[in-house]
Amino acid sequence: MKIQVNGDWREVRAAELAGALVDLGYGEALVSTAVNGEFVPAAVRSATALRDGDRIEVLAPMQGG
Amino acid sequence: MLRLYDTPVTSRLLLGSARYPSPAVLAASVRAAGCEVVTVALRRESAGERAGQGFWSLIRELGVRVLPNTAGCHSVKEAVTTAHMAREVFGTSWIKLEVIGEDDTLQPDVFGLVEAARILCAQGFQVFPYTTEDLVVGARLLEAGCRVLMPWGAPIGSGRGLNNLLGLRTLRAHFPHVPLIVDAGLGLPSHAAQALELGFDAVLVNTAVAQATDPVAMARAFALGVEAGLAAHAAGPIEARDAASPSTPVIGTAFRG
Repeated sequence: MKIQVNGDWREVRAAELAGALVDLGYGEALVSTAVNGEFVPAAVRSATALRDGDRIEVLAPMQGG
Repeated sequence: MLRLYDTPVTSRLLLGSARYPSPAVLAASVRAAGCEVVTVALRRESAGERAGQGFWSLIRELGVRVLPNTAGCHSVKEAVTTAHMAREVFGTSWIKLEVIGEDDTLQPDVFGLVEAARILCAQGFQVFPYTTEDLVVGARLLEAGCRVLMPWGAPIGSGRGLNNLLGLRTLRAHFPHVPLIVDAGLGLPSHAAQALELGFDAVLVNTAVAQATDPVAMARAFALGVEAGLAAHAAGPIEARDAASPSTPVIGTAFRG
């Protein structure tokens, strides 16, 4: 299915968020996720079904003031 | 000792982690400042570059406490979601809450700020709100559950120092027992010293250190400024006055009478 990942359209095979992150190459990276603007804790990523057109945010630590 | 949400903090200088010429200079600056709290952010991570992973390793090696921010958020919803994401990644309930209301000045949207603070405090976050020096907004933030306020000195990155001395003094006077951290707009160690002299508990500095010609030396200079200001406040500064007052005793002056 096609989903938007950090603003870019991407194709993933997995039907849930945890699998999609693996498909996208995030593997074991320390990231936090949101789907369609709603925070999705790591513990429930595998139970979070994705649908065509979903908007995923994958965020990680970064420099900040 | 200063306590931020029951956490004792010795250093009165908090540093931001952005805009340094390199990660190594950031690390050296944090060490030179002797600071214990460093602000961090969340940004979109590229699966290929994984820049965030390296940055997080660097911060962990420094052994400092992190204060994640919600920088760049323009709505309550964005700020609340970002706070939740930050709590998971950084493993802390501390959140420097920013809800930006205007892009030229990066002035806080104080209405959204209070609303977001109320939501996050109720959800167990320990909120450090980036606010203006407005007294009423400060009171609303405290009512919302905040136990620290972070009034701006001047617009972020402007280096102008304490822009509204009267407002900041008033804030300090009205909330004598609330930790107040001047956040944003400081450009020089003397600005930091002035904030501490006025009785503010700490300052948060980023651009003034990171963009200095020698960030490490400037970090040290800010640490000295903060130390001087804190010591001066404790020593009880004299009140400014309009008329001169001779420091040398007048009694016994020669050639008089």
